[in-house]
Amino acid sequence: MKYILLFAPCVVALATPLYNSINPELAGAPFFYWLQLLLIPVSAVFIFLADRLGKSRP
Amino acid sequence: MMGDLNWTATTVFVFFFAVVTVVGFLASRWKAGDLNDLHEWGLGGRRFGAWITWFLLGGDLYTAYTVIAIPSVVYAIGAYGFFAVPYTIIIYPFLYLTLPRLWAVAHKRGYLTAGDFVVGRYGDRGLELAVAVTGILATMPYIALQLVGMEKVIQALGFPRQGIYAHAPLSLAFVILALYTYKSGLRAPAMIAFVKDIMIYIFVLAVVVIVPIQLGGYGAIFDAAGKVFEAKVAANPKLAAGLTLAPQQVGPYITLAIGSAMALFMYPHALTGALAASSGQAIRRNAMGLPAYSFLLGLIALMGFMAHAAGVKVDNPQDAVPQLILKSFPDWFAGFCFAAIAIGALVPAAVMSIGAANTFTRNIWKPFIHPEMTKREESALAKLVSLIVKVGALAVIFFIPTQFALDLQLLGGVWMIQVFPAVIFGLFTRWFTGRALLIGWAIGMIVGTGLSSGATAWVPVHPLAWDIPLLGKLDLGLGFAAYNGLTAVILNMIAAAVVSALWRTSSADETAPADYEDRSIAAGQA
Repeated sequence: MKYILLFAPCVVALATPLYNSINPELAGAPFFYWLQLLLIPVSAVFIFLADRLGKSRP
Repeated sequence: MMGDLNWTATTVFVFFFAVVTVVGFLASRWKAGDLNDLHEWGLGGRRFGAWITWFLLGGDLYTAYTVIAIPSVVYAIGAYGFFAVPYTIIIYPFLYLTLPRLWAVAHKRGYLTAGDFVVGRYGDRGLELAVAVTGILATMPYIALQLVGMEKVIQALGFPRQGIYAHAPLSLAFVILALYTYKSGLRAPAMIAFVKDIMIYIFVLAVVVIVPIQLGGYGAIFDAAGKVFEAKVAANPKLAAGLTLAPQQVGPYITLAIGSAMALFMYPHALTGALAASSGQAIRRNAMGLPAYSFLLGLIALMGFMAHAAGVKVDNPQDAVPQLILKSFPDWFAGFCFAAIAIGALVPAAVMSIGAANTFTRNIWKPFIHPEMTKREESALAKLVSLIVKVGALAVIFFIPTQFALDLQLLGGVWMIQVFPAVIFGLFTRWFTGRALLIGWAIGMIVGTGLSSGATAWVPVHPLAWDIPLLGKLDLGLGFAAYNGLTAVILNMIAAAVVSALWRTSSADETAPADYEDRSIAAGQA
C-alpha cells in the first residue's frame, strides 16, 4: 500500500497523453495545466500518507 | 552611460543584496562549529533540521536559472516547457525512498559526497573517480548559468548590455558571494535561503494574483497565448508550439521528466543539501514539503503565457519574465522581484561550488594526489577550490558564448544521470560489481554524448532509431524520440547487469546492512 501511494501520482504525471488536452477547462485554464498543478499537492499528501503507513507497520 | 538605469528599482535591488551579504558573513557564527573541519564547512556539521533543509534544498534546487529558463521555454513554445511539473512530481517519492538510506550510511561512515559512498561500498577507486569527475563536469556549467539568470535581471534594471561596464555588477556580486562562501561554508547559503525563498514566494504570489487581474483573468491569458502560438505555427509550420503538446513532443516530454528527475539528486549540490540534514526523517519530511516549491515552479512557468497576454515581445525568450515584471509592477516592486531572482542565483551557486569543492577534495585530490591530508588541509583545500570554481564560472560567462554554457549544461544532465546506477542501486544491493558499474558508466557517457551531437547543434532528444557503426540500422519501432540521458542510462544499466553477471570481481565493502537504516541511528542516539 505504501508503494502504491508513492507511485500512483508518478504514474498519472507520466501518463501525458491522458491529460494532453484543452478540455475540460477549470477557471479558464486548460486541462493540461490545472491537472498537473493539482497533482503536485496530491502527490505531497500521498507521500505524507505513505509515511504514516510506514511508521505504523515498520 | 547610466542614463537608462531604473534608479528606484536599482536602489531596492542593492538594498536586498546588501542584506544578504551581511547575512552571508554572519552565518559563520550560526550553529557554531569548527570551520576548519570539512564536515562543518562543507556540510554544516549535518545539523540542519527539517525546516532549514526545506529552505536550503528549495533554494538550492529551484534556481534563478530555472525561474528564467522554464517560463522562457513556455513563452517560446508553450506546453513543452511544463515538463518541469511532472519532473518535480516524480522526484519526491524517489527522494523519500532513497535519500534517507544514503543519509544514514553517510552519517554512519562519515561520507560527504557520492564518490565517498561509492568507494566505501564498492572499494573501487576508478568508480569513485568517475562519479567525482562527472559531478564536477556537470556542475561547472550549471554555476555559469546561474550567472546568466542573474545577468538577465541586472540588464533589466537598465545596466548596459555591452561595453566595459556590462559585466561589472555581476562580477562584484560574485566576488562578494565567493568571499562569504569561503568564510562561512554551507551555513551561508542555508541562511540566505531563508531570505531568498520568502522573497521568491512574495514575488510569485504577487504575479499570479495581480497580473491576471490586470489582464482580465486566466481565461484571457491562455486565449491570448494560444493566439500567439497559432500565429507562430502558421508562419512556420515546422514549429511545434501550442497550449497542448504536439504528438511528436509527447515522448520527449515524458522521457525528459523521468531523466531529469533521475539526474537531479546525483548532482553534488543536491546531495550536499540532503546530506546536511540532521536526520533521515528530516529528508522524508522534505519529500512532503518540497512539492510546495514545485507548485511555485508551475506558477512561474505560467508567466511565459502572461508575458504574451501582456504584449511582451522579446527576441530572446529569457527576457520575457523580466520584461513582464517591468510592465506589470511599479519600479520599487520590480526591484524587489529582480533582487529575489538574483539572490536566487546566489544560493545554488554557493551550494554548487561547495559540492564541487567537497567532491574535488575528497574524491580526486585526497585519494590520488595527497592521501595523508589532515582535516585542516582538507577544509583549506575545499575553500580554495570553491573560489576557483566560481572564478571559472565567471570566466565562462566573460570569454565564452553563452550558448556554450547552455550546451554544456544540457550535456551535463546527460552525463550526471550516468552515475545513477552506481549510487542508487548501491543503496539497495551489492550484486552489481564496481568494475561493471564503471563499464556501464563509460558506455552511458559515450552513448549519451554521441546521441546528443546533432548535425548542427547539441540536442537533448533523439528518435529511438539509430545508425550503428558496423551493425547497420536499428529501429525500436516505437515511433517517438526520447531524452538521450535516459536512453544512455538504460544501456548503462544493461551493460552493468550483464558484466556483473558474467564477471564476478571481488572487492571490499566497508558498509553493513544496518548502516542504511536511518531509523535505527535515530533510536540509537535517543
